[in-house]
This record gives sequence, C-alpha cells and structure tokens, in this order.
Amino acid sequence: MEIVRPQSHRNLFSSNDAVSVPSLPLYRSAPPLEVRLEDFESFAIDRLRVLKGISDGLSRGKKPEEMEKLVKELWKVNMRHQHASEVLNKDIISHFVLRLVYCRTEDLRKWFLSMECALFRYRFRFLTPEAQRAVMDNFDLTCRAVNNVEFESIKEKLGQVARSMGQPSPTVDAIFYKVPFEEVPELVAGRKVFISQGYAYVAMNQVVSLVATLFRSQLSKTLILTNRKWTSSIREQEKHRLTPIVEALSSSYLGPDFSQPREYAEISLKDIDQVAKSSFPLCMRHLFDKLKEDHHLKHGGRMQLGLFLKGVGLNLEDALAFWRAEFSKKVGLEKFEKDYSYNIRHNYGKEGKRTDYTPYSCQKIISSTPGAGDQHGCPYRHFSEENLRAALSRMGVNSRAMEDVMDKVRNRHYQLACTLTFEALHGMTCDAGINHPNQYFSDSQKILQPKKDSSAQNLVTARE
Amino acid sequence: MIPQQQSDFDHNYLKPYYGKLFPFADIFKWMTYGHDGKHPGCDQSYFGRREFSFTLKGDFYLRFQSFNNALELENSIKEKCPLKIDIGPVYTVDPAKRHAYAQGDNNVFAPVERELIFDIDMTDYDDVRYCCRGADVCLNCWPLMTIAIKVIDASLRDDFGFNHILWVYSGRRGVHCWVCDGKARRLTNEQRASIADYYRVYKGNENSHKKVSLMGAALHPFLATSYTNVLKDYFEKILLTSQNLLATEERYEKILSMIPDESIASELRGKWQDSRRSSSAKEDINVVRWEQCKQLLQSGKHKAQGLRRCVEEIVFFFTYPRLDMEVSKHMNHLLKAPFCVHPKTGRVCVPIDPNQCDDFDPTTVPTLFQLLEELNNEGSRADVNGEWNGTSLGNAIALFRTSFLEPLQKACKEEIERSYNLKLQQSKNSVGW
Repeated sequence: MEIVRPQSHRNLFSSNDAVSVPSLPLYRSAPPLEVRLEDFESFAIDRLRVLKGISDGLSRGKKPEEMEKLVKELWKVNMRHQHASEVLNKDIISHFVLRLVYCRTEDLRKWFLSMECALFRYRFRFLTPEAQRAVMDNFDLTCRAVNNVEFESIKEKLGQVARSMGQPSPTVDAIFYKVPFEEVPELVAGRKVFISQGYAYVAMNQVVSLVATLFRSQLSKTLILTNRKWTSSIREQEKHRLTPIVEALSSSYLGPDFSQPREYAEISLKDIDQVAKSSFPLCMRHLFDKLKEDHHLKHGGRMQLGLFLKGVGLNLEDALAFWRAEFSKKVGLEKFEKDYSYNIRHNYGKEGKRTDYTPYSCQKIISSTPGAGDQHGCPYRHFSEENLRAALSRMGVNSRAMEDVMDKVRNRHYQLACTLTFEALHGMTCDAGINHPNQYFSDSQKILQPKKDSSAQNLVTARE
Repeated sequence: MIPQQQSDFDHNYLKPYYGKLFPFADIFKWMTYGHDGKHPGCDQSYFGRREFSFTLKGDFYLRFQSFNNALELENSIKEKCPLKIDIGPVYTVDPAKRHAYAQGDNNVFAPVERELIFDIDMTDYDDVRYCCRGADVCLNCWPLMTIAIKVIDASLRDDFGFNHILWVYSGRRGVHCWVCDGKARRLTNEQRASIADYYRVYKGNENSHKKVSLMGAALHPFLATSYTNVLKDYFEKILLTSQNLLATEERYEKILSMIPDESIASELRGKWQDSRRSSSAKEDINVVRWEQCKQLLQSGKHKAQGLRRCVEEIVFFFTYPRLDMEVSKHMNHLLKAPFCVHPKTGRVCVPIDPNQCDDFDPTTVPTLFQLLEELNNEGSRADVNGEWNGTSLGNAIALFRTSFLEPLQKACKEEIERSYNLKLQQSKNSVGW
C-alpha cells in the first residue's frame, strides 16, 4: 500500500484484482493501492466505529440475531463510499490501517482480534452460498468434504448429533466437512459435532464457526508479524507522517476497564459491610454474603469478588485484612498466610509475573461456568428461578419489579435484568445499562453519595 | 467407610523412599519425550524448559524449578525431600531464567507444551454418594472413579484419537489423567477448554436447580455410547444397591424431585411409602423400585416434554464423570507427579491400567511404611531394575513402563525422526532452484 499526499491522483486499482478478491476479503496481503493521507485516517475511524459498535453490542449481551442486524446496520452506515467501486478498497485499507494501530500491545491485539472476528463471522452469514464457498475455497476447505462412502458409514451418528440439537437428521445430499477437531473448538465445546479419531464432522450450517476459527488464527499470527515490522522499521520511518496518526487512533477506544480505581470510590474496611448492602450488584453481594457465612470461597469466587473489590478501591493491605479476617475463622491464620495470601497479592500484581489483573466484566462473568461448591458467576444466569427470587427479595426488590426482572431472565437478557434491579433499588433509571459490576457500584455510589459527584464527573469525561 | 487409622506417613521416611524407590529414570525418560540427545533431531533444551514445583515440609513452596538432566533432577529431589512434586508445562525458555524474558508487554516467557490433563475428585460427587463424605473413599463409592476412567479413556481414544494416556491414583480420593500425545501437548488453552466442555454434563451447585439437563430428541453419540457401554450397567448393577439409592424416603425423594411430572412422582411415592413390607426379601428393594420408576417414565403414557430423557438424566446425575474444569483449561496448571506419596494417607500415586480399572482397589495401594518394611525384609538386594523390584511398587512401575512409557518413547522417537527428515528434505528443496 502506498500512501500519497492529498493533491495526488485518485486511488489506482488493478482491475484484475477486482475479480479474484471475494466480496468478503480475507486481508491476507496488503493490496497494491494508493491511499490518500486523509483517507488513511478517516477510513480507519469509520471502521473503528463499526468495531466499537460491535464491542458495545456484545458487552450488552445482545443475542446473535440482534448482533446480525446491528452489524449490518453499522457496516451500511459507516463503510459506505460515494463511489461504489471504492467500497471494497475502503474495507481493505481500513483493516490494514487498524492492524498497524492495534498490533502494538497484547491488550490491543486481543480486542482487535475479537472484534474483527465477530465482524467477519456476521458478514460471512450474509453472503450468498456461492460467495461463502469462495471464502471456503480460500481456506482450502472444499477439498475436505466427506465423500459418500464415508458419509454412509457415519450417517447414523451424524443423525444423532443433529437430533440432539433439535434439528432433523441430514439427508443423503447433505455436505459435511471433515476437519481436525482443533479447528472448531466452539462446536466441540457445545457437543455440536460428531468427533471420531481426532476429526470433527462439520455440517454446512456450522461452517461459519470453522471459517471464523481459521480466520482468527490467520489474523492472530499476522498481527504478531505486523507488530514486529512496526517496532523494527515502520514506526521510525513514519514518525512524522503516519505514526502520530496511528498512535492517536488507539487511545480513545478502549473504554474504562476499572483497572485504575477511581478516587471517589475508594472504600475502606469499615465501610465494606455497609456498601455491600447498598451498592454491590447481586453477583458480588452473593459472594460477599457466602464468604461471611462460610468463611470460605473457592477459587472462582475469590477471583471474581477479589478483583471487584480491587476495582472498587480496596487497597492491598485492606484486602489482605479483609480476606484474612474471614478465612482465618475457618482455616486458621497460618494456613491463610500460606495458601491464600499469595493469590491476593498476585491479583494486585505483587507476585509472579506481576500482571495487574482487571476486574471481570459482565460478559466474562456471565460466560463463566460455576460448578460444585462454587458461588461465582452471574446469578441471573446461573441461579434457578426460585433461588434468584429469594436472593432478589433479600436485596429488597419489590414484587412488581421482580416480575420484570424475571421476565428479562427468561429471555436470557441477564444484564438487562441486573439493570432493572439497579433501577428498582435506586429509584432511578440507568440508561447506559449495566455491563460491568464495578460500573454498577460506581453508578450506585454516585446516586447515594451525591456530594462527591462533581469530581466523579470530571474523572468520567477526562477518561472518555 | 473405612477409617484411616494413623496416617501411614512420616516425613522422615521420604528420604529412603527417594533414596531407593522413586523411579527417577522413568520420570526423566517420560519428560524428555525422546529428546535424549541420541538423535541429531533432538532438542537438547527440551527437558531443561520443563517446570517442576516442590512442596517442602513446613509448606514451603518452590516453583519454577528446572533441571538440565536426570542427575540434577534426582539430586535435587533427594536433597530437598519434597512432600509433593508437581509437574508444570514446558516453557519457551528455561523457567529459571524467566525474569530475563518477561519484558513489558510482549511476554516471551510462555508455556509451549503441556500434557492435556484431567483431575477427578471424589468430593465433587458428595451429593450422590451416601457411604462417605469429603476426603474419605471406600469400595462402595470407588466405582464412580472407575466409571470416570472408562468413559473418559474411551472417548479420548475413539473421539479425539489420542493414544498415550496415563491414569494415576491421586493418593487419596481421586484420579488424574495425563494425555501425552504430541498433538495433546501442543493444544492451546482454548482447545483444552473445548475438550473439557465437551465432557461437561453436570452443571450445577447448590444455587442452581436442574443439574443434569439432556435436551434434544437424541443424545450426542458420545453421551449415548457412554450411557450404553458404562453408565447404565454401573448404575443398575452396582450403585443402585451399594448406595441404597431408593431404599429410604430421604433418598428416593431426591430422585423423585428430578421427575418434572408431579403425577408420576406421586404415583411412585404412593407405591413406595407402603411397600416396605410387601417387597420380597430376595430382590433388592432399590432394583425393584428402579424398575417401577423406569416403567412409568418410559411407558409413553405420559408424553410431557421434560420426561423424554428423565431416566438418562437420573443415571447421568449419579454416575457421569465430574471433571475439575479449571485444571484442564490452562497450560500453566500444575499437577502432582506420579509416584509421589500422599502425605495424608501415605499411599503412593500409582498408575491405574484403564483396561483393568475394575480391579483397582484404593485400599490396597502400597503405602510408604509398607514399602520401607518390604525393603528391610528383602535386605539390600541390588536388582538390575532398581530396588523397587522386590517390593509392591514393582508392579506399578512395570505397568508404567510397559503400558505407557515404552509405547510413548517409541512414538516420540518416530516423530523426532520424521520431522528431522522433513526438515532435511525442505532444506534440500530450497537449495535447488
């Protein structure tokens, strides 16, 4: 890709490429295009709006059908171009620019990878079957279709899998792809494929998952390479032209992750019992209550609650005192120091590889899998209706709000359920919706302790 | 419940155990995976990049231990006498030098290979066994572990195509599984998580309601096979009776609560509340009641939604393996090494042959005291195979070698040779135009 000054010619484009590139580009190599400097930045920003929109949608727990519509809309609105022939160029160029922007740290790479993969996945679903096959050809998939002989030998098992998902058994002309099970982790995890001797048999309607994994693995490798190129040559070469643009583009889009506790929310040990009752979301309230009751929590619970408390402003010393006070009642002081205090310090980045762990978002908590003896997870998702009602009424949710909340739960809108709980308990609407337990806490504190509001507002706008 | 008399363990006896019995050479051979330097294709750094962890007396914990060769490993263990030895992953670089590589954000110190591991612990089954609780195990509940081994082992081989699988008794109340194929060692965390989730059926704790939920018009082939080949028989022929699952009101109520149709539950309750005297002494009451239960649930008279798979759900609830998900999902999770001695029971963590796991008896596993006594009685008879040969440990080590280590080594060598030849071929091809 060649970046040219604004006064120069229009974008050049080799007409041969237009035919061979599928309508859903795989971004395998930077195409021979010229890009105007102003387009360099604006294309990237447009694409970033799409990716950010996807990120918001996912963290609000939107279901796949809603996400599909959202992606379609976001793409239409932001990725247009006045010249129809330029749409594909904009797509490709914007992707490559953002690669430069987001290759530079592990966190950035992780975010970009997730969003680009989600985008790819939803766009793939919109393609015509021919276009989908073209993409699959690019991944060398069509050659792995199962032949008739093999199909006959496993037909019954394939039928069982389909019926276990409430789908009809495959007919004789159904196409299946035989791929190493490593390539379809999602399908394996959900027991949605027949697996034999290390191979998974993927149905045509599951191909999205397969293609998405392959796309992801390809992009993941490329990002690392791009990072190396960036650090070793590009950043220096472009330090007066592209580098400042690239660096500016990334800092505005990661959103608050609560890894830096906000000043106004700093709590101390003596406050904890009180704020737990008034401002903790249900998931943390439950963990807190269980901890007080049993003087113990399993690992998942310690992580979820511990990091939340860190995000809320509990410093390491107070955190150690807090956990020690509870655990020592069950396991004794010595065992606490030996077995548990290390992990607490680890969470604060004071041990081991010294990563400063960030508190879990709702998305992460909802998708966790609490098992026997665990108390973590999202109660709206993981509790039975009975237990959830009991927990909510202990929190003080009135019976009318309770029904609205349970309705959301039945429709699997767990974060909306939590938002309604928040609204019922605080008597105020929460327009942004809850997507992080620490957000619930800080919003709650904002309402309950309004005199600290002005400094909070300043903090919020500064970060945004 | 078989009470543990005084624990067969004393830290002082670890010294002679490590001195004469612990199979260092075998563990080393395993951990080198063929990279013993005898072939030009060997990676000399491989063993040195493996993490070991020691738990010492007084609960001191030493992580990131690494060794360049068998002798270093042996000397360190003999010198430190760890209560427990854990095995971690193989990293990109020697773990002892990790700080030099953890710069900023691009963390070059990371795991690159790690066996696929599973940990199955009897305490996770406390809600389905009445004979013991917590750390205790007995021959009435041990079949739950036998079931887990059979189900998981068959699937690892048939579904995932793995071949080099080691099952180990954890020393007290469970079993560990090490899948050592190259393909398994190179799995990413995501892939490991997907396999763990594939095996997950029991989803619950005291907060949730329905703990086993088998939807759909049919069972996935893996679940169906497990049910037909293992679960059904163990439930009906062993556990029903040994756990008296339907013998008392408290116990049958638990099963009745899993039937979503109240009219069926009431009908059964009615039969059972009165039948205490009427059932013949010959037939076990649990078996009789289960038959009645099955008949009603499968009769087809009641076609309600949730009933379709009710029988299977009950069987799965009481028998299906419950894995510790977290152990399997992360490459950097440590796991206790085989042949360690469990400090609470004194028992050695011996391998279990999956093909003979029905015969495995946790109450007769050799203990530290027992082995040392055997050594004393035999006199110091130097054996070419090592002094363990004359002791009860002999069988365990022989099993480890013949059923696991030797086939594994053979496969590893073949792999090393294959990839070496491939590299040679590639470099030849690239030289020529």
